[in-house]
Amino acid sequence: MRHNFLYFFREGVGNLFSHGFMSFAAIGITVACLLIMGTFTLVAYNAEVQLETLESEYEILAFIQDDYTSVQEQAVARRIAQLPNVKNCVLITREEATADFEARNKGESMLQNLDPEIFRDRFGVYVNDLKQVRETGDAIRDLDGVAEVRVDTDIAGGFIMLRNVAGVVCIALIAILLVVSVFIISNTIKLTTFDRRDEIAIMKMVGATNGFIRWPFVYEGFLLGILSAGVAFVLQWLLYDSVAQSIAAADTLQFLRIVLFADIWKPVAAIFGAAGILIGVGGSLTAIRKFLQV
Amino acid sequence: MIRLTDVEKEYENGTQALCGISLEIEDGEFVFLVGPSGSGKSTLIKLLTGEIAPTHGRVMVNGFSLTRISERQIPLLRRSVGVIFQDFRLIEKKTVYENLSFAMRAVGSSQRTIRTRIPYVLELVGLEKKADRYPDELSGGEQQRVAIARALINNPNTIIADEPTGNLDPARSYEIMSLLERINVLGTTVMVVTHERDLVNRFHKRVVQLEQGLITGDGISYDAR
Repeated sequence: MRHNFLYFFREGVGNLFSHGFMSFAAIGITVACLLIMGTFTLVAYNAEVQLETLESEYEILAFIQDDYTSVQEQAVARRIAQLPNVKNCVLITREEATADFEARNKGESMLQNLDPEIFRDRFGVYVNDLKQVRETGDAIRDLDGVAEVRVDTDIAGGFIMLRNVAGVVCIALIAILLVVSVFIISNTIKLTTFDRRDEIAIMKMVGATNGFIRWPFVYEGFLLGILSAGVAFVLQWLLYDSVAQSIAAADTLQFLRIVLFADIWKPVAAIFGAAGILIGVGGSLTAIRKFLQV
Repeated sequence: MIRLTDVEKEYENGTQALCGISLEIEDGEFVFLVGPSGSGKSTLIKLLTGEIAPTHGRVMVNGFSLTRISERQIPLLRRSVGVIFQDFRLIEKKTVYENLSFAMRAVGSSQRTIRTRIPYVLELVGLEKKADRYPDELSGGEQQRVAIARALINNPNTIIADEPTGNLDPARSYEIMSLLERINVLGTTVMVVTHERDLVNRFHKRVVQLEQGLITGDGISYDAR
């Protein structure tokens, strides 16, 4: 079969051009699906990066007993750092805590020039996995020398829910759009197979294997998919850059961190290519299946 | 070799096309299969080419048992049986040469084999000068010769011709039948399905008569009733 590669390829290209308009329509719709899919994925990815930044700033506060010396505090810090799920542990002295508190309440004259003695030394504990903050908080609470632990589970839960919802929406959309694209390419190729049903019948009559009959259509689907992926990739790049620039122009405080397309073009190209091939080949195999049953 | 033993075929709509026929055709034989419309001739051809399976009985074609044939073996069976149809079934947008190379490529022949085999077969059917013509540039007789060439191109053991002269005048019909006879002399088993009594009787070959799904005659002449 290998020496027939060129023949199959030529036939596939021929099919593509013999139904120029349908091929064009199939490419157009697949490009649209890939673009929608890509845009959602990129938005979700940016949201994920944003969440990761916010998550990395999430901290559990562990307050140290007032009577602990700095040597004892260091020992507590070591024990906290050894706990599972703890990324790192930073000492915040009562003076730093006072300054931070005053800074956050700048407008309130009652809350300025406070005596640091009313605050405690504390550790800011950063975790690896937000889902386990409660367990990590409990483990810290059990350590000697820790007077109190503040774990804000609502914020952690909010982050987790946001990420889960974004993930589910993204996966659902990708699945729907993949199915739509496969259906459309499948219909385009069905048209080609319908046009060539006499040839297929003759091939079957003289003893061609199903594989031999299938290959040109698989190539056609492959070409449709890969062409769509190429066009969609270029459009996605242009769209992403223009949206990123608009956001950057509006977000003068640089609160949002938009990932540069230049940093992610390789995985995006790989995903577009893979999705295009999957849609194209999947569509052609679906289309040809019925014609091979004789 | 073709051997049918007690073969019955009933379609899903209840039509009983074959009612328990037994038939043996030796390698190298020339057989006419005759009978009126609805006698079961087409069903028999479909059985022999693996398009349908018998409801009952055993069918052996060139060593393949069609009662138990797997989907993978069907292409191999079909390579051993060349089929010719009344309506030629050529690909209109391909030349004579391309029609033949298409059939050869479909079974995985190399380019070198294609280049040497096609001129030989075209000469055998008398079309060596028409290799570059398209089917619509040929007469009916010539188109049927191309169909015969295509059936022969992969060197099958058996040729089955389904009403090969149905669209041709008597002179062309005789030519086609003579060509099939010549092919038979070269060693290929030939089975011709036809209605044409006069033509059959001119060739003095074995004639199997089918009527209402039963074999009603097996001899040297066609006695149409």
